[in-house]
Amino acid sequence: MTRLSLALVAIMLSVPAMAAPPVLPAQVEVIDELIAQGWTDFNIRPAPEADDASWCRRVFLDVIGRIPNHQELKEFVDERGSDKRSKLIEKLLYDDRYTEEYAGHWSTVWTNLLIGRGGGNDRREMTNRDGMQKYLRDAFAMNKPYNTMVYELVTATGATKPGAEGFNGAVNFLVDKVNADKGVLAASSTSRIFLGQQVQCTQCHNHPFNQWKQQMFWEFNSFFRQTRSLRRFVDGARDIDYAELINEDFAGEANDASDALVFYELRNGLTRVAYPVFTDGTAIEVSGYVSDVNRRNELGRLMLESENLDKMIVNRMWGQFLGYGFTKPVDDLGPHNPPSQPELLERLGKEFRQSSYDLKQLITWITLSKPYQLSPVLGSSNSIDDPSIGETPKFSRFYLRQMTAEQLYQSMVTATDAAGTGSYEEQEQQRRRWLNQFVVTFGTDEGDEATTFNGSIPQALMLFNGELSKKATSTGKGSFIDRIAASGRSPRDRLTNLFMSGLARRPTRKEATVANQLLVAREGNEKEMLQDMWWAIINSNEFIMQH
Amino acid sequence: MNSPWQTPNGMTRRHFMQHLAGSSAAAAASVTMGNAIYANADELKKNHKSAILLWMGGGPATIDIWDLKPGAPTGGPFRPISTTGDLQICEHMPLMAQQMHNMSIVRSMSTREADHNRGRYYMHTGYVPNPNIEHPSYGSVIAHETIQQRPELEIPPFVSVGGASSGPGFLGMSWAPFNVSSNGRIRNLEMGIEDRRLLQRMVALQEIETGFASRTRDLPASEHAKVLKKTFDLMTSDQMDAFRVEKEPEEVKERYGTDNFGQGCLLARRLVESGVPFVEVDLGGWDNHNNIHATLKDTKLPQLDRAMSALVEDLEQRELLKDTVVIWMGEFGRTPRINQGAGRDHFARAWSCVVGGGDLNGGVAVGQTNSEGTAVETQPYSSEDLMTTVCRGLGISTEKTFTSKNGRPMKIAGGGKVISELVS
Repeated sequence: MTRLSLALVAIMLSVPAMAAPPVLPAQVEVIDELIAQGWTDFNIRPAPEADDASWCRRVFLDVIGRIPNHQELKEFVDERGSDKRSKLIEKLLYDDRYTEEYAGHWSTVWTNLLIGRGGGNDRREMTNRDGMQKYLRDAFAMNKPYNTMVYELVTATGATKPGAEGFNGAVNFLVDKVNADKGVLAASSTSRIFLGQQVQCTQCHNHPFNQWKQQMFWEFNSFFRQTRSLRRFVDGARDIDYAELINEDFAGEANDASDALVFYELRNGLTRVAYPVFTDGTAIEVSGYVSDVNRRNELGRLMLESENLDKMIVNRMWGQFLGYGFTKPVDDLGPHNPPSQPELLERLGKEFRQSSYDLKQLITWITLSKPYQLSPVLGSSNSIDDPSIGETPKFSRFYLRQMTAEQLYQSMVTATDAAGTGSYEEQEQQRRRWLNQFVVTFGTDEGDEATTFNGSIPQALMLFNGELSKKATSTGKGSFIDRIAASGRSPRDRLTNLFMSGLARRPTRKEATVANQLLVAREGNEKEMLQDMWWAIINSNEFIMQH
Repeated sequence: MNSPWQTPNGMTRRHFMQHLAGSSAAAAASVTMGNAIYANADELKKNHKSAILLWMGGGPATIDIWDLKPGAPTGGPFRPISTTGDLQICEHMPLMAQQMHNMSIVRSMSTREADHNRGRYYMHTGYVPNPNIEHPSYGSVIAHETIQQRPELEIPPFVSVGGASSGPGFLGMSWAPFNVSSNGRIRNLEMGIEDRRLLQRMVALQEIETGFASRTRDLPASEHAKVLKKTFDLMTSDQMDAFRVEKEPEEVKERYGTDNFGQGCLLARRLVESGVPFVEVDLGGWDNHNNIHATLKDTKLPQLDRAMSALVEDLEQRELLKDTVVIWMGEFGRTPRINQGAGRDHFARAWSCVVGGGDLNGGVAVGQTNSEGTAVETQPYSSEDLMTTVCRGLGISTEKTFTSKNGRPMKIAGGGKVISELVS
């Protein structure tokens, strides 16, 4: 290697400079201290810090949902100063240039959480996926406080479809969950997603390992019984145009709206009654008249007072960035499933509440914390820290995880302009079609689904041969390969640019040798060599992994 | 010289493999392709044990299909009819009634998981869900245990048709279900470049893979290499013809039913014939909390009856049934009590599964429930027991233990006991 390239590597691999340490928010110190305590307790040493280029790729993927392009990466790597990492986070969160991508990424994450990957894709459904996304995009773009967002999602009324009279995109969370099956799905989704309480089993019986009893399920469910979804049809046709979520008086199952109760059946066949009571035992008025009491508004209010609301979102966001939450699954905070770092979960929840539920602050704390700076190396000093084999996570290294299908799509599109042209709507339709190929459903009333974007053969086939890969490796005029081929001063430069664009590192000596062999095999056509190499890069585990 | 860089163009796949094997040691080690023995179809059929799981997503009301209670307050409107086996089934399953000498009903299933996700996991793996470990499902276990019988197989050993199935757990992603839609069409199968260039790209990819794995020392990287190999195999295999269900004669397609489940069952037969050890075919829509009997009579049962009977009959006629275990089940049964919406809710305490083929006895009703179907009156059986019995029917030893990633020994099928009435 030349002295010049050695020097470049040295810069890229350098730990943040030795100058005065940047001033970190107090919350970062809380995280660092409590996590380091765990390392001491278990007698492990954390992995070394990730180099700047890897870290830059990581934080782009996590905060705005795609890898950085070559220019963005270079800017960050070349920058001096010990506070460059916090400056990058600030830029991704607050610079207008990234607002749209930030909002788009988090809207995608939350759309999948709230209505599933398949929600709103079927014409017969009332859910409108565009409406859900629009609400969330707007919310994240203006950094709406999290508690406000939850309140709006739980209490929303209005029309599902953008442009329809009385449009309120937030209704899409509940619109397909209230009519069928007495609103069981509305109750179980709301409690699981926002409060970390898994109650679906308790609908039919008391669960042996769950503090929730059948009674509590139907009490919680009672909050949704004033709510209905109405279909609005296209004029003169039977196609659903959009749906509307409304509140209406609930007569109760004994037909007395002033005492609007519901019945449920014990396993032994006995019938019991339930009224709206929140999980902490707080009861509200029993009237079913909306003018007396709006049950969902009351539920929203009670949820905002619940400590579980804070813990659940902190746990979710931690898991989103670090690969594992403090509990597994991340949305089960029940007493049967104790968290790995209870004190940290509690402290972060409190801090988040005190920050007025500012999600960008929470992201700043997590991404600046020590565990988020570490490299993904499993070494002899931290070999027990392997949650993939069932150990509780100690966060002494960055856990490898596969990008989501959405992150991959966005990364390919940004790195190579593979989306082609067209309006926002056309591109969004293209993206959705592409994502839909991975969704498989389970045929239950609860809309359970899974993804085949999980490292299996269909995913590999898609990356080998799919349309997106073909576009990404195109050598046409103005394509990504075309631009790389015109960059730099030497073949070596161009190869480096290719690797930096895809993997945020330079090629190894062996990889450079393979590139030379490819060049010979392509009879000196460098563009074709770059094409082959780029194909290999986007198919590699290193590309598809968040690391 | 044997090098991927000098392979002449226009070679057959077999040569291609040999060239790769002769290339650099690193490349050969992890992209070693099969040694390309092309066996003919007859050879493929020999001694190959397979299983087909008909998965009824949502939890079917077995009290209305396989274990009727005519006259009981819980019985519902359906009447039982006689069959070619030593048992009766629902009147809306007339075609299956002609096949019941091949299939047995376990009427004494008694489980505890009445939530869809938990029930699906438990019935697929023989283990209750555990946050710290993921257990391999039927398909992954059976593929893993029978793969050595078929070194020539180039297509994935575990195919899931039309649904989601359940994963490979600690066996790793290379044992994951290969999901296809019921028309057998597979996306993204062609790359459209010369074989030689594809191979060279694979070598470049291999170099990046090896470097990453050695730097992070983490497991997913080595699993990825195996998946890449399997992908490469199927892209270049003639055996992929098995997926072309459209090649079947029209009357055969009609007999199975032209809906997704019918075509899925037909595809399953083609795959088993080609040597695939495990196929799962999904039929959802059994989560009938409302209006259950009309739904069953008008839609679900005719669809099930047509496809399942055609499959069993075909397997028998083609002499495949003696080597192929067929399993019919969902995540649980449904309440004997009919609810206010004229539906039935989730119920795991007393329900039925259907199984036959391989070395298992057909035509038998195993165990019984009480007069209202609310409890099992004989020895109760679990998912573990059923899975153990299926393994026995396929000649798979359940004494074997896997070692999970954290070093814990795990018995196949959770250490269940064989259902003695089903083995002679």
